[in-house]
Amino acid sequence: MERKRKAFRLYVHIPFCMKKCAYCDFLSWRGSREEQERYVQALCREIDFYKGRYPERVSSLFLGGGTPSVLDPRLLDMIMDRLAGAFSFEEDPEISIEVNPGTVTLERLRDHKKMGIDRISFGLQSTNDIQLERLGRIHTYREFLEGYDMARRAGFENINVDLMSGIPGQTLESWRQDLIRVTELEPEHISAYSLIIEEGTPFAQMDLDLPGEDEERDMYEATAAILGEKGYIQYEISNYARPGRACAHNIGYWRRDDYLGLGLGAASLMDEKRWNNTDSIEIYLAHAGDPRRLHVGVEDLPVREQMEEMMFLGLRMMEGVRRQDFQAAFGVSLETVYKEAIRRMAGQGLLADDGERIFLTRRGISLADQVSVEFMF
Amino acid sequence: MDQSKIRNFCIIAHIDHGKSTLADRIIERTGLLTDREMQSQVLDNMDLERERGITIKAQAVRTVYKAQNGEEYIFNLIDTPGHVDFNYEVSRSLAACDGAILVVDAAQGIEAQTLANVYLALDHDLDVLPVINKIDLASADPERVVGEIEDVIGIEAQDAPKISAKTGVNVEHVLEQIVEKIPAPGGDPMEPLKALIFDSLYDPYKGVIVFCRIMEGQVRKGTPIRMMATKAKAEVVEVGYFGAGQFIPCEELQAGMVGYITASIKNVADTRVGDTITNDAKPCAEALPGYKKVNSMVYCGLYPADGAKYQDLREALEKLQLNDAALQYEPETSAALGFGFRCGFLGLLHLEIIQERLEREYALDLVTTAPGVIYKVYKTSGEVIELTNPSNLPDPSEIDYMEEPIVAAEIMVTTEFIGSIMELCQERRGQYQGMEYMEETRALLKYHLPLNEIIYDFFDALKSRSRGYASLDYELCGYERSKLVKLDILVNKEEVDALSFIVHADTAYERGRKMCVKLKDEIPRQLFEIPIQAAIGSKIIARETVKALRKDVLAKCYGGDITRKKKLLEKQKEGKKRMRQVGNVEIPQKAFMSVLKLDDQ
Repeated sequence: MERKRKAFRLYVHIPFCMKKCAYCDFLSWRGSREEQERYVQALCREIDFYKGRYPERVSSLFLGGGTPSVLDPRLLDMIMDRLAGAFSFEEDPEISIEVNPGTVTLERLRDHKKMGIDRISFGLQSTNDIQLERLGRIHTYREFLEGYDMARRAGFENINVDLMSGIPGQTLESWRQDLIRVTELEPEHISAYSLIIEEGTPFAQMDLDLPGEDEERDMYEATAAILGEKGYIQYEISNYARPGRACAHNIGYWRRDDYLGLGLGAASLMDEKRWNNTDSIEIYLAHAGDPRRLHVGVEDLPVREQMEEMMFLGLRMMEGVRRQDFQAAFGVSLETVYKEAIRRMAGQGLLADDGERIFLTRRGISLADQVSVEFMF
Repeated sequence: MDQSKIRNFCIIAHIDHGKSTLADRIIERTGLLTDREMQSQVLDNMDLERERGITIKAQAVRTVYKAQNGEEYIFNLIDTPGHVDFNYEVSRSLAACDGAILVVDAAQGIEAQTLANVYLALDHDLDVLPVINKIDLASADPERVVGEIEDVIGIEAQDAPKISAKTGVNVEHVLEQIVEKIPAPGGDPMEPLKALIFDSLYDPYKGVIVFCRIMEGQVRKGTPIRMMATKAKAEVVEVGYFGAGQFIPCEELQAGMVGYITASIKNVADTRVGDTITNDAKPCAEALPGYKKVNSMVYCGLYPADGAKYQDLREALEKLQLNDAALQYEPETSAALGFGFRCGFLGLLHLEIIQERLEREYALDLVTTAPGVIYKVYKTSGEVIELTNPSNLPDPSEIDYMEEPIVAAEIMVTTEFIGSIMELCQERRGQYQGMEYMEETRALLKYHLPLNEIIYDFFDALKSRSRGYASLDYELCGYERSKLVKLDILVNKEEVDALSFIVHADTAYERGRKMCVKLKDEIPRQLFEIPIQAAIGSKIIARETVKALRKDVLAKCYGGDITRKKKLLEKQKEGKKRMRQVGNVEIPQKAFMSVLKLDDQ
């Protein structure tokens, strides 16, 4: 079958951190210099493999982790070079990097900028040092402020700050303070998550003083209110941006754009096929040059799963799902497939419908998973 | 076969006293099975029975014993169910025998069930051969038990073999005594056929396989037979014996023999336990005594978890009834649960067995409503209703009064626990009838108890309050007028018919409260607040609230999270599909059964 000519997105995983946070279940650890070197070598082999295989344009690149900013600039440079050699990028693509506020220097940030990276995402989480320590973060709020200032000085005009609600010991008041402090810095983008206690993390073992359900919801309400007031537009359940500054790469995930994940454990969706790279570092290092041997959980998505995904991912965005997009993707109308679910959820006041698209109401946002379930077969 | 060389007998014992083990040893010693064929507990061939350590369906096995006098004897060992739920089946099995081996545990001594079975055996004029088992136990005291048997039951026990069925010690004495002490059968082969049905089994190829004891006459291939109570007729296709685990066809069965008959009978309801088979061309004058149609004591609704499986459930029940005439069912409809069946059982154990068989053998997912008993409703109009489904209770204004079934219960207990067991019986509205000391340390408590107080968890409570020492036997002794009310459960202000039950007015409040608490835990939070109320008529007596779900959203869902999230949503959807919709509320099926376990705490 002839492949559709459409742009796709790239994700590159760097599994190293200075220190693992207490809530983190991502694939990451503190690697030695040699380990980092070996990993990047392998990553380059994986990248090289794809040379010429995907001639479509790359519309965005996301360097995630872990903490990609802990890599030696030389290694990061190498990765960027190889990517440029293997893929053809659109003009002026969005290129983001995740940065730990405790690991930045002005010099490094300038290096990032030089490489073409145009978006910095700071994992701040809290402006309260006691909470930061509780989370196992390696930085203080002051260090973040310094890092943020350096990023601006290095010329970054697109900065995201991650904040976390629902932290042990957090109160509604301290959360408000987090939000207000951060908005005063005027970053272009704010991601505000609530803490999820993941199995297998240190937090899952601990008896934590977590905010109650009502308080957590109040925090969520406060987030939308405060950020809205400061000119941030909520475009996804946990994401807020100044006009025009929404993260194109992440929107790609929710719109089901094709994306190719490179590196340990990275996930891909290409041509309605999903897979993951292995999360075993040994296997990765051994076979990175032949990525087909890295792929696990390869799944050709049947149409009904494509539909389910379009709904539960699309509804995460405030814009919701366009009838026209559904029709274009599947050749049937949204009504044909989901009339009953839409009626039910609209009846509960969780879903709104403007004729052109369906989207979550304020109440629906808090109960998004309940709505999503209705769209599963 | 010479009648004088046949011995038809059964083994009676209290649960766990070693009946099945002794049966195994007898089968083994009579050499019909090689060691390799010898599964443990050959008679208990249903998984379920094995797990529970009890025997549910009566079965029989024929073995050949070469006695010390050099003669060969046919032993027909007829197994009997060991639970109070199956008393009638026990009585029919006993009627097929000429003698009974009474197994008594050398450490535990006589228990309530032992006594009940012995009296049943004596009622059938069986010669009872006592055997003291488990002499290998450190706590064994066979001499004391011999005394107990003589004092309590009043049968001679000095010669009783003292054995260990487990190790095989002295089992040969049992075999010899079977020959010596159990009488040979009587009956005239030339008389018209008269055979007692003591069990039957449905086989998809042969039809119903009727287990019977020939009392008079003979039967062979081609004999036209008639079941005297059900009036069903058929022509015999095959007769034979019971090998261990197999059917062995033979020419004919004659008076005194135990065997099986097949006659292309399609429905076990035609061959009810206790009925008499005769020769349709040359019938006997009258049927054997003792036949009765067994009555269900406990009723509940059984519904397929998946409404589309209604027909499958019907077919499964039909098939189970082929082997179990005591199982009754009729279609019913519930607003909450859809189409299902109101089923009648001999008791709660019987119910559980059927439920498990339906789930295990027929792969059905079931929703069971709270079991209840048959109440008699006397209406002001003079009409009397036998109520098996609480939903059918007439309007209180039409009811003059109600009666509930009462059982006469005998509880054997060591003296140290008399106090706590009496307390338990009081709590369950028991009427004290008397107490007999069996010996210094043991007493038999007699109570009249409402059946609905003991069907749930009485047996468990009894065991836990006596550290396992108390034992129970009961039988229905009549109906008594009682202050009964129907307790309704309202979920989100809507009555859920499948959760209604009849309860004594004095305990209604407590049960209603427990129900609400339990349901609150079982019903997941939904998009709105759900009141759960217990009501008697229009009066609300208890209330709990399932708080509305305010937040259910995954904060992060990026490229690497999508597959996992999708699986999670799919799983949630599956769970939702298995819920029952009552009004706007989704109720998990498990909630309907939670009422069975109100007393867990």
